[in-house]
Amino acid sequence: MSKLRVAVVDADRDRALMIVDGLKDAFDDVDVVVIGDESGLARRIAEAAADVVLIDLASPSRDALEQIAAASAAFERPVAMFVDRSDAETTRAAIEAGVSAYVVDGLEKRRIRSIVEMAISRFHAHARLRAELAATKEALAERKTIDRAKGLLMKARGLSEDEAYALLRRTAMEKGRKLAEIARALVDAAELLR
Amino acid sequence: MSLEAIEVGFVPLVDAAALIVAREMGFAAEEGLDLRLVREPSWSNIRDKVALGIYPAAHMLAPMPLAMSLGAGAMQAGVIAPFILNTGGGSVGVSHALAAAMGIDGPAGYGDARAMGVALLRAAARRPVAIGAPFPQSMHVELLRYWLEGCGGDPDRDVTLHTVPPPLMTEALAAGEIDAFCVGEPWGSLAVERGVARLALPGAAIWAWAPEKALGVRRDWAGAQPDALAALLRALFRAGRWLGRAANLPSAAELMASPGYLGVSAMLIERGLTGALSVDGSGAIRRTPRFIGFDGVEASFPWRSQAQWIAARAARRWGFDAAAAHAAAAECFRPDLYRAAIAPLGADLPGASSKVEGALESRIGVASAQGGLFLGPDRFFDRREYDPDVNDCY
Repeated sequence: MSKLRVAVVDADRDRALMIVDGLKDAFDDVDVVVIGDESGLARRIAEAAADVVLIDLASPSRDALEQIAAASAAFERPVAMFVDRSDAETTRAAIEAGVSAYVVDGLEKRRIRSIVEMAISRFHAHARLRAELAATKEALAERKTIDRAKGLLMKARGLSEDEAYALLRRTAMEKGRKLAEIARALVDAAELLR
Repeated sequence: MSLEAIEVGFVPLVDAAALIVAREMGFAAEEGLDLRLVREPSWSNIRDKVALGIYPAAHMLAPMPLAMSLGAGAMQAGVIAPFILNTGGGSVGVSHALAAAMGIDGPAGYGDARAMGVALLRAAARRPVAIGAPFPQSMHVELLRYWLEGCGGDPDRDVTLHTVPPPLMTEALAAGEIDAFCVGEPWGSLAVERGVARLALPGAAIWAWAPEKALGVRRDWAGAQPDALAALLRALFRAGRWLGRAANLPSAAELMASPGYLGVSAMLIERGLTGALSVDGSGAIRRTPRFIGFDGVEASFPWRSQAQWIAARAARRWGFDAAAAHAAAAECFRPDLYRAAIAPLGADLPGASSKVEGALESRIGVASAQGGLFLGPDRFFDRREYDPDVNDCY
């Protein structure tokens, strides 16, 4: 089998690298080009002579690929969005994961499907990582706010740290709100009164 | 009463106004809908997500429902258009270099479709001219082709047409990838504002009252949820009415400027809503009456003849038989669903569901249920007419 050339169009560098790794792990005969900057996309893809183009659905340049598919002016071989009619679930899973694939005519379907499935799993993995990162950031920010709120209570009412925390916790339970929300309200109010 | 949730995809353009206003001004909620608008960066995403059933309905380029129903492009799916979201609203712009080659200077000549077309073709005989349009199946492509053909050109030979997403139009011009564009607002005005282009024509100079965006609806969903669909059409109709009052346009522009919708300045959006455009960045404002239409039956009625015009122009290019496409078009735009939904609002509905396109020189009363419906003008720049029953002039 000839070496497969894949272009990955993704402005998110980390995710693009995850896909490159995934492709290298899954196939020993693959060349990958990452296109991060979307200007002149049609020309860049033609230069890359890719057999498969994986593109992030958040990219407006997807529409430019549609024209390549329609006109094939930039390609010597016809290109089309990969829609697996025998397996509509794969297409749907890809769209929901946020990736779509364009392939040159004549590529073996099984091979494309495994590439698409790999891309789907990497997009999901990346989304999970991002969600985890956001959750961690939020938890850190909340902890900081709670510390500040404790400090305000300790100073204003002469409480120990444990007492200040207990007071915050009790207030949150009484009002049926999250501890972090009560702390945030206290910090905001203190800033207003300063 | 709990509201029925419905998720509708849209692309950030001034002509998404009726959808945004239907949600933000409460028309959708009053019709019992929790209208959730989801911004999409590309028309391909809109097509795929409607085809796969992720959205029951979406903001679509008017040719898309027919293209999808026929299977032009990657995804085939039964999609209907029971409502036109707006008419017009786009502009043709050219780079300063092309303007110089065309011999146009200052705002003079703005809006003269024949003079501009002839000048562009003359320039294209001496240098390559690449024109950007947002999507292969779009009114932008249809209007550009109609215009250049009507000026004696051959759009396949004399120029090259490129697909460029609207938000990237300015960059593509600046990078020299395209020399001209046809695009919906605010993206034409943005190119003028950034100093990379000047406007040559409003789209309305090519066809005075062209359907531009349609509400594309999955046929199976329309069949299963007729009440939700009718409620959505009423909300959109009321939003269109609201947009028809000039006093509301500054508020509309403010609503639409938010980052969740268009994310560009309200000033630019207001130009597109009012049709008072800055042509060449010198501050000269040209006001085009009927630049964009949202209001009433005149703007939103899905005439079968409009879908058939699209079929007559585009179907063969998309690779389909013209007669089959003509028949499919009649099933694609759905005046019957429009009538059923809008009649309870007391709107005056036309007697016919099809008409000769481009026949109205001026404003004229037409046969309608209450005798008070006025249409026009709706001329093409070359004064040809399209009669769907003859369907042979293309």
